[in-house]
Amino acid sequence: MAVSVGRSLHRLQRRLFSTSCAYLCIVDKNVWNDARPSVLCEKHHPALRISQSSNAKTMDRSEFEQLETWENKAAWLSAQANWIRLSAMTMTHHAKLGHTGGDLSSADILATLYLGRVLRVDPENPQWAIRDRFVMSKGHCSGAFYSTLAQRGFFSLDQLKTFMAPLSMLNGHPDKNKLAGVEANTGPLGHGLPIAVGMALAARMRNESWRVFVLVGDGELQEGSNWEAAMCAQQYNLENLTVIVDCNGIQQGDFTESTIRMEPLADRWSSFGFAVKEIDGHDHLALLSAFASLPLESGQPSCIIARTIKGKGVSFAEGKPAWHHGVPTREQLELAGKELGVEVEW
Amino acid sequence: MVSPVAVDKGESPEPQLFDCRDAYAKTLEDIAGQDSRVSVVISDSLSSAKMKDFKARFPERFVNVGIAEQNMVGVGSGLANGGMIPYLCAASCFLTARAMEQVKVDLAYSRANVRICGMSSGMAYGQLGPTHHSIEDVAWTRILPNMTVIVPADPIETEQVMRYSLDHVGPMFLRISRIPVRKVHPDNYKFVLGKAAVLREGGDLTIIANGVVVSRALDAADMLAAKGIQVRVLNMSTVKPLDRESIVRAARETHGIVTAEEALTAGGLGGAVAEVLALEHPAPMRMVGVPDTFAPTGTAEFLLDYFGISAEGIAGAALDLVRHEA
Repeated sequence: MAVSVGRSLHRLQRRLFSTSCAYLCIVDKNVWNDARPSVLCEKHHPALRISQSSNAKTMDRSEFEQLETWENKAAWLSAQANWIRLSAMTMTHHAKLGHTGGDLSSADILATLYLGRVLRVDPENPQWAIRDRFVMSKGHCSGAFYSTLAQRGFFSLDQLKTFMAPLSMLNGHPDKNKLAGVEANTGPLGHGLPIAVGMALAARMRNESWRVFVLVGDGELQEGSNWEAAMCAQQYNLENLTVIVDCNGIQQGDFTESTIRMEPLADRWSSFGFAVKEIDGHDHLALLSAFASLPLESGQPSCIIARTIKGKGVSFAEGKPAWHHGVPTREQLELAGKELGVEVEW
Repeated sequence: MVSPVAVDKGESPEPQLFDCRDAYAKTLEDIAGQDSRVSVVISDSLSSAKMKDFKARFPERFVNVGIAEQNMVGVGSGLANGGMIPYLCAASCFLTARAMEQVKVDLAYSRANVRICGMSSGMAYGQLGPTHHSIEDVAWTRILPNMTVIVPADPIETEQVMRYSLDHVGPMFLRISRIPVRKVHPDNYKFVLGKAAVLREGGDLTIIANGVVVSRALDAADMLAAKGIQVRVLNMSTVKPLDRESIVRAARETHGIVTAEEALTAGGLGGAVAEVLALEHPAPMRMVGVPDTFAPTGTAEFLLDYFGISAEGIAGAALDLVRHEA
């Protein structure tokens, strides 16, 4: 037993140290030391059996800029978003845990922000002081978020295969101290907007021009802390702050409308001093155009209400509360791949 | 009724008393003058956190989030992400309790470089009742991984701790009282994180105290000396990381330990010392502090006496220990 664990460890170490992703280790080193030797083996980390030379599609990261028309850019982003969707579902399928519904509703927003080059970030220098900040307040949609970060180049696509595995850097909810590109530890709802307000205040205090974006869910807005933060953003005229609502109308247990109604959502944000724009959250041209027009009003924080469909793009998941944290079977994953036009890779 | 025994060696027979908030506020202004990253967030707590002068001097680095502690802590975490060193200054009872999940997730779990200055902690708001008492804050913050917890004893130590905090990496809880205290440290005292200060040597017993209770512990030591019991007094201002070495040495070299604090002993300094003793060097022990109850109403001085968090109470606990254990 000891011998086999030792061999596994040796093999694992060889793989870890041969990874090309120099600034990140694929396994969390910041754990209670006593726990490491007994659990750090392939038995508990099946994803690591997969070769590091994955068949995951590597996209040319300058491709977006090279596309000439906005229609072409939108079409390219649509394909990227579908890759993110299937990647998140594949992760959830293997981990047997995840939040499929929200992963699918937020994929177009995430793709536009990161791959549509809205955010000024540098994967080679994740702590670049004047980078734009993005806070994934709905941290449970980590499948889509991690897939987007990996596709943007913050870490290797192979690392996605460790999603929620023991000692993975890819927790069920994001941890900024484990993973480059993550700005805030989220998971409990209603934390992201207050943090984003603090970031926007910091940029102002430092006289720097970087911007802050935060993605919240509509159900999440039932947490009162969001409205504390919204009042603060208004008071301090934080025009460098943009709240994006992934307004998919469904929360964990039911439709938002049948739980605690959030409408009229645009009026609520307006009355809290935000300049508001409502768009189709799956329309990449509309997303690009909204992001290009920030701040929506000078001297005011902006709110983009992205009307989305929970489970978007996958017939059996669309609009179904049960798919909030549904886990696809292999057959469902293959079907989703067909519907999204993306090959299931692992 | 601060001190029944005059131990001040100065000219005045009555020792001068200080509100530690003055030292904290003045030092915070000083370090803000040195370092442009220092910023302050309050929650409508301008007077209670003594931040009027800071606001006047550094308006661009001063944020008032209104009566909204959850947002306050999140804002602090965001400011730290943006490269600032924020000090969150508000009544400890609301700042810790109301925003506990934000303190856990946005600060402790995130290892955010944020300082929580819990003002008027313990039973300083005595007459206002248990809603405004903050006897739980030491226990709540102490159990959070990554969190540093400091309870300064007098204005000299408060200033030292504030100066130290500028260079600290990670989240800190600083418990600042408004209960008047006399100086217990010499002017050249140097605070060292995680190291207890030996304020008095003695080989019979050890009293481990912090915050506003340290002066009372010194008075108790005087009373016990009059009875021929020589007491070592440690100021354990850093509750986390705890100075385990000093605790174990005290357990080895003296015959028992009395802890004294203005907080719930469960999970507080008493609990922390007991954990070390139980695991590393079991020794006879008494805990002086707030027992498992909400406090009645009354002035802070009254409540301290009521729970025996006084020179007489601490000396009494020591005598009880001697009688039953030694």
